[in-house]
Amino acid sequence: MVGKLLLRGMLVGLVAGILAFAFARVYGEPQVDKAIAFEEQQAQAAGEAPEPEMVSRVTQAGIGLATGVLVYGAALGGLFSLVFAYAYGRLGSLGPRGTSALIALLGFLAVIVVPSLKYPANPPAVGNAETIGYRTELFFIMIVISIAAMVAAVGLAQRLWTRLGAWNASIVAGLAFLVVFALVKAALPDINEVPENFSATVLWQFRVASLGIQLVLWTVVGLGFGAVAERVVAVRDQRGPARRYA
Amino acid sequence: MSDTTFAPSYGPVAIPVRELLPWAIFAGLLLMLMIYFVGAEEGATSLIRGTMVHEFVHDGRHLLGFPCH
Repeated sequence: MVGKLLLRGMLVGLVAGILAFAFARVYGEPQVDKAIAFEEQQAQAAGEAPEPEMVSRVTQAGIGLATGVLVYGAALGGLFSLVFAYAYGRLGSLGPRGTSALIALLGFLAVIVVPSLKYPANPPAVGNAETIGYRTELFFIMIVISIAAMVAAVGLAQRLWTRLGAWNASIVAGLAFLVVFALVKAALPDINEVPENFSATVLWQFRVASLGIQLVLWTVVGLGFGAVAERVVAVRDQRGPARRYA
Repeated sequence: MSDTTFAPSYGPVAIPVRELLPWAIFAGLLLMLMIYFVGAEEGATSLIRGTMVHEFVHDGRHLLGFPCH
């Protein structure tokens, strides 16, 4: 059962990765190229020798990007299926499609949107090489806290469900999540390593493209996995042929 | 499967935690290792010498939102 879900989750993630790669090629790569052009121009102005190209730009923007996004997509789909395997049947009477869509929505918020409000994606030329350890640490701490807060918020909503009703319980839990986020955002150090004269337009478009790639991934996984999981869980739920869920 | 015997003939049935746990641990670790290689290897930490992995997935790392360099 779990194995079946896992395999399907990874396959859906792979499909999501292919679509996200296409999105990244069209909307992301132009910004990466502009950022690298800026980087080279800065190095030239400072009289530094250009960085040796270990992997050509064509490879980085082609097979390299595809590998990164596809591996990430498959891994995301796999992890998603494991969360689904736990959540399914534990979120009230929500069917497989609803469960999958809800996990994708809450997951996208907790894993991508909230952490990136504190530590947004940065194009090449932004970021000091000496602080990579520090930045990576903070980035992952932010994600872990955000996920923990989301899990706690869902638990809170479930606990208040019968007393306050679905809507009010969800609003209270959502507010609790926001309070935690506001506190954490204030407590963790800010990072701003954008060079003085870096184009604001390129930075904005890069970050929007980056969020867009994640939105493609999570939407395809959330909706796609629900559709394939429906057939897997129906057998167990009913111990018979597939049935339709509300 | 004894836990499903008395379940109603409709509605979602949860997967028992003991059935899920081995998958969650082993597959979960492997999947996170995959994300690590795309997102962080040869950046802050390094399991393989050199910078080839980093350079190869460079664009993906930036665009997926990971701190790169």
